[in-house]
Amino acid sequence: MAEAHPVGFQWVMEAKRRGAKVFHVDPRFTRTSAVADSYLPIRAGTDIALLGGVVRYILDNELDFREYVLSYTNAATIVSEEFSDTEDGDGFFSGFDPETGTYVQDSWQYEGNEGSSGSGHTAKERDSASGLEHESHGAQIDGDTPRDETLQHPRCVYQILKRHFARYTPEMVERVCGIPQDKFLELAEAWTRNSGRERTGMLIYSVGWTQHSVGVQYIRTGAIIQLLLGNMGRPGGGVMALRGHASIQGSTDIPTLFNLLPGYLPMPHHADHPTFDEWVDSIRHPGQKGFWGNAGSFAASLLKAYWGDAATPENDYCYGYLPRLTGDHGTYQQVLNMIDGKIKGYFLLGQNPAVGSAHGRAQRLGMANLDWLVVRDLFMIESATFWQNGPEVATGEIVPKECRTEVFFLPAASHVEKEGTFTQTQRLLQWREKAVEPPGDARSELWFFYHLGRKLREKLADSPLPRDRALLDLTWDYPTHGPQAEPSAEAVLREINGYDVATGRPLSSFAEARADGSTAIGCWIYTGVYADGVNQAARRKSRHEQDWVAAEWGWAWPANRRILYNRASADPDGNPWSERKRYVWWDAEKSEWTGYDVPDFEKTKPPSYQPPPGASGTEGIAGDDPFIMQGDGKGWLYAPSGVLDGPLPTHYEPVESPVRNPLYGQQANPTRKMYAHPVNSVNPSPPEQHSQVFPYVFTVSRLTEHHTAGAMSRTVSPLAELQPEMFVEVSPELAVERGLAHLGWAHLVSGRAVIEAKVLVTDRLTPLRVENRLIHQVWLPYHFGFEGLVTGDSANDLFGISLDPNVLIQESKVGTCDVRPGRRPTGPALLDLVADYQRRAGINPGHNAPAVTTDSEGKEHGAS
Amino acid sequence: MGLRTFIEGWPVYRQLTGTDPLGRGAAAKSDGSRALTARTEDADSVARSVCPYCAVGCGQRVFVKDGQVSQIEGDPDSPISRGRLCPKGSASKSLVTSPLRQTTVRYRRPYSTQWEDLELDTALDMIADRMLAAREQTWEDVDTQGRPLNRTLGFSSLGGATLDNEENYLIKKLFTAMGALQIENQARI
Ligand code: SF4
Repeated sequence: MAEAHPVGFQWVMEAKRRGAKVFHVDPRFTRTSAVADSYLPIRAGTDIALLGGVVRYILDNELDFREYVLSYTNAATIVSEEFSDTEDGDGFFSGFDPETGTYVQDSWQYEGNEGSSGSGHTAKERDSASGLEHESHGAQIDGDTPRDETLQHPRCVYQILKRHFARYTPEMVERVCGIPQDKFLELAEAWTRNSGRERTGMLIYSVGWTQHSVGVQYIRTGAIIQLLLGNMGRPGGGVMALRGHASIQGSTDIPTLFNLLPGYLPMPHHADHPTFDEWVDSIRHPGQKGFWGNAGSFAASLLKAYWGDAATPENDYCYGYLPRLTGDHGTYQQVLNMIDGKIKGYFLLGQNPAVGSAHGRAQRLGMANLDWLVVRDLFMIESATFWQNGPEVATGEIVPKECRTEVFFLPAASHVEKEGTFTQTQRLLQWREKAVEPPGDARSELWFFYHLGRKLREKLADSPLPRDRALLDLTWDYPTHGPQAEPSAEAVLREINGYDVATGRPLSSFAEARADGSTAIGCWIYTGVYADGVNQAARRKSRHEQDWVAAEWGWAWPANRRILYNRASADPDGNPWSERKRYVWWDAEKSEWTGYDVPDFEKTKPPSYQPPPGASGTEGIAGDDPFIMQGDGKGWLYAPSGVLDGPLPTHYEPVESPVRNPLYGQQANPTRKMYAHPVNSVNPSPPEQHSQVFPYVFTVSRLTEHHTAGAMSRTVSPLAELQPEMFVEVSPELAVERGLAHLGWAHLVSGRAVIEAKVLVTDRLTPLRVENRLIHQVWLPYHFGFEGLVTGDSANDLFGISLDPNVLIQESKVGTCDVRPGRRPTGPALLDLVADYQRRAGINPGHNAPAVTTDSEGKEHGAS
Repeated sequence: MGLRTFIEGWPVYRQLTGTDPLGRGAAAKSDGSRALTARTEDADSVARSVCPYCAVGCGQRVFVKDGQVSQIEGDPDSPISRGRLCPKGSASKSLVTSPLRQTTVRYRRPYSTQWEDLELDTALDMIADRMLAAREQTWEDVDTQGRPLNRTLGFSSLGGATLDNEENYLIKKLFTAMGALQIENQARI
């Protein structure tokens, strides 16, 4: 965090000054480790084993915050007797379908709900990355569930959790992660001590955690610990995700993502959502509890914002205009389709996949096989010049005179040359004022897309084709101003906020959303950002003039709430858990919730409220159910649906690992998304043969002085000067083993690529003892490419393409490689070297090893 | 100048006897540095902004002189950053004023070995034509069972996390209305 989010890290240091104990877990010793109280080096890709060890420590010693756990989580809920655990299935839960490599979730449900909730078969959900839909709400579940408040029932969640993690002992943590037991126990002891009425603990991760084939389950394990310790919805608690771009949160909420519409509404699927009603019912699940019951209003209001007068209740608000998913249309599938010639055009909007995405060669080969490419950026990036300067030009794989891709480079406006909002990592929207005009042809994306849309509509104005109606009926009449006819960003923000159709009055809260066409809302979770016609994101009341919650600085979704689920900061009776941790509480005199933040609960619903039998929607949420977006109002220790690779996190080895999974016969996540394409390959891992060809683990991350794929830092002289060269960090032990000289050159080889880097021999990396052998890890920054003031080979070229099944994010924080002294070969010799490694490792590009591990006797696990 | 004034003029004397023993403030000032004014003082205007790099969202004040960015500083009012910026945020002025920035449209013809110039409006027109052509060639009305698809998989878009919410909104809205599904951004990587 000190490296990649330095200014945010001041708050960790502030907490430390006030007595907090800081633990840092990382494969590499960093600036964060240097100021932490304790540093735990970890083998990359084994975090579930470490965190699972903490869960076991809590449960074995009964250190959970029992009052919180009983009232606010699903610990007492009883699970179906059809459920069987990975502990009994050698790494498989019940319901695995080897045919599709996904689970049927019926047996994971709460008792009595086996057929009536959950998603059943999840193969389609994996292809549409539907896990992402749960960012604003939990997966659906029937609220009326059998419970055992004594937590003794063998099938209650608490007992299931206990059995599931029973083997995650300190010894096992040491064996899997390479973390010495005393270090682990120090962490577990300190974490559990900061729990209860008086104390909280916080878990912070950066999005490298998501870049694993089990990334979502990493975060689930963290959430389980935080729920068991009563650290959710309380000040000083929580799971804090440090995201990597200025508005990556915003571009997920208002998604430029294939599977979502604004506010986490799913993009319709051709088979599952043929009609508006079926689409809405798939979101709200009629009869179930929770705030998601209003989905119909959010959906109708979005379509109303898109299609205005044309959208009527009679025509289902133009639902028919929406394009339909048929499967996986994610960025990696797209790149493979580009290589296969199926995609003609490509827009790159401030993103540089030639450097920033996994398997850089595949990215560049894909772009070299397009009809046209539009690059909008501040700088001439690698993704615009691959046809001229890319590594494949050197190897002869791309010949400029034979490359047909037509490239348009359009300069973009910088953040000071336009106005608008970013949503930062805590869901806080901050409006930026425009300082100066953009230079020359540089324009904002707002300008580009508004005027592009205008032109497209002009060109189609006389079209009789039904398919063009969606474009022609679109509301696209934003006011413009200034010499360049810049569209008004405030007008767009007002549409995002939503308004009353009849009067144009901006809405103040998403509770005002209606399903009858009387409201239009561009993104329902952002309703309120333009309440009273005031741009609330532009608020800049100084921190010196308000309390520490700083509610009048910018605006946070939803409803300017700074801590989600903050009903949990009070005890079941509505009183603060303690004076120290007072945040939101029930004011009995006024009969309402009050506090320092906007209460995340119906304002006047008393703590004693019990829903009448059969109640659904918000009515079904009891006065002491803080997790109001969940179908049962509870925090989920066990997730009966919504997570595709299991109701509980399980340690699987990374897709590429030098180590056999010490816990299960199943080696890697059996539900991971794999692509059998000739350009793609996976290095062998045990029990497959030849894993020793790639004996070392490599991981990548950020330098303080560079930003992502380097377009905004390798082009900026002070930053380029601070970190001028691509390098690889290796331990002194590995340097001896491989004959690497400090400040000399090394090259790294995977089944996809070979890259070179300067060698930094440092004890920031240390060999780890895992399963009685020494595992060497090397570390690389991923910022370098072949354009800019400072250049170098791209670390992401080393990775292949294997994805997490929930969100289709690639495993690009861990892989295996070989490390050799000296510079890499150039030209065709480079391809020969990779081919030689592939041959020695038995890699047959285009053919994946089966997802289900075949052990040495050839016996297949799971699928029982 | 008397001897006393002369001695008191020595920075080291002031450092040892004054309130600035580390010599980082008043003690280190000379007549020359005293006469300097900060770039922020004579700015024509100040815009309240946000750092464009990571998602911490540090507050920035952008100082403008003669229509140019003259300085970018941390915003001391921000409850997030309290006036601080890291090396990247501090380099924001160098980012927006970098001589490497492209400020004109560049165009590479198919099979060409070089870039050429192109008018912005012409580029916009050519791009619109190519989108419509790709859409026409790849349009899918219905699936094999006659269920609606209403889409094109003929072109894709990548990127959004460095852009404004308002921009992402228009991108998604326009592409969706064209039936273009393959819209992705950095959140997927
Ligand atoms: S100044 Fe640094 S920490 Fe703050 S937002 Fe910018 S990059 Fe992030």
